[in-house]
This record gives sequence, structure tokens and C-alpha cells, in this order.
Amino acid sequence: MARPKKLRKITNPPKIKGFSPIRPFQGNGSSPVLLDYDEFEALRLSDYELKSQSEAAVEMGISRPTFARIYESARRKVGKSFVEGSPILFQGGPVYFTSEWYSCKDCGCWFNHLNKEDPVIVCPLCRSANTGQSEAIEETNK
Amino acid sequence: MKIAITSTGNSPDATLDSRFGRCSYFVIYDTESGSTEFIPNPNKQAMEGAGPASIQLVASKGVEKVVSGEFGAKVKAIFDSLKIQLIIVNDGTMTINKIIEMISKK
Repeated sequence: MARPKKLRKITNPPKIKGFSPIRPFQGNGSSPVLLDYDEFEALRLSDYELKSQSEAAVEMGISRPTFARIYESARRKVGKSFVEGSPILFQGGPVYFTSEWYSCKDCGCWFNHLNKEDPVIVCPLCRSANTGQSEAIEETNK
Repeated sequence: MKIAITSTGNSPDATLDSRFGRCSYFVIYDTESGSTEFIPNPNKQAMEGAGPASIQLVASKGVEKVVSGEFGAKVKAIFDSLKIQLIIVNDGTMTINKIIEMISKK
């Protein structure tokens, strides 16, 4: 069995859900390319923020070779989508968010925490104290 | 304390609406009196600006928490500045009754 993937740190999920081609190629309904959130983040850090791979890897909490692998996979997916004219969907991946979202392990909801001085974080929905910030958020296909 | 919940219908048996700005109804639940008020969302068909307009609506009711399935980036920033807590429920089959029951439990 393969070793489980380390969770990648992402500041925020993408603002949009993906891209669709303008005047798509007629014929076979091209299936969307699924770009994972970690791949999106790799593209963002490398090609938008213009960070070096080592810096970007530190930011995502992974090793530089792992970053390179994710980034390469992201580029290939973008290339595939452009050439084949398939839509891109942003979704899933072994990631967690560092924005101020918390998740409750009992009821599964997410919430934000406004009063930063208050250290005890209780789920506002079910009052469970079983909450955490670095919870893996596995998006499922709906 | 008042809590706003986005709803797909006009009754407590309706399920949570996963969108915030363009949900069908807002439910304003008062934890002290236990009363619920259903408000049809006037911004449901809005082309743009549904999020901020909906925020204005729920903020004018004096809510302190908002329960929905999803919040946009714009919406979250405004709610943060208004000091209103956001709760995202990922389960779209949850009914308004169930959420009220959970939230009022001590």
C-alpha cells in the first residue's frame, strides 16, 4: 500500500470553480480536467506570485521535489485542457486551509472564529469541543 | 441571539439552501424567544450583487450567526467586518428544524 499523501497547506480555495472553453470543439463532450487544489496552489505560487520552487514548497509545507511533482502535474493538466478544449474544474486534493476556517469533527460543519482572544473553540452548531483548524478537507464529487 | 439560516422553502421542514446570496428564503431564528421568521429572498434572481444585498438584509435583522452551505469570498470579507460568524454546513439534506434543534441545544 502506498504511503498516504502529506497534507498540503493552502491559503484559500480558488475564487472560482474552474474554466470552460469558449466555443468548445463540437462532437465528443469532452470530460473536464480535474485540477486539485494543491495543483492550483502550486501554479499560483510559481506562476502568479513568481516564487522559487523551494520557497513555494516551504509555503505549502512539503518538500521541494514534491512541489515540483505537483507543479508538473498541474502544468500537464492545463496543457491537456488547452489542447483538447476540455473544461477545468478545481476540486479536492489532499489539502488543508490556513484561512480562519475551523471544522467540527462531530457534525462536519465549518465555521470561522471571530473572537481571536477566546482560545476555547466550540462548534457553534453542535457545541462540540472536538474542533480543529488543520483538518483535511476532502471535497467529494457531487 | 438571532441566527440566520438559508432555506430552500417556506417551512421548517425545508432543507438548507447551499447558496447564501441567491437562496430562496432566509430563516431568522431567535434563540431567546424560540421564534422563527421566514423571509423570501428578494435577491434570488439578481444578476449581480446578490451577496452584499443579502448581507444587508440579514444584518438589518441583527443576526450574529449565519448558517449556509457556501459563502463567496466577497461575502465572507463583509461578514468578517460586521463581526458576524459564519457556519458552513456541508450536508445539503439537513432540514431547518434539525439545524435549529442542534443550535439551540446547550
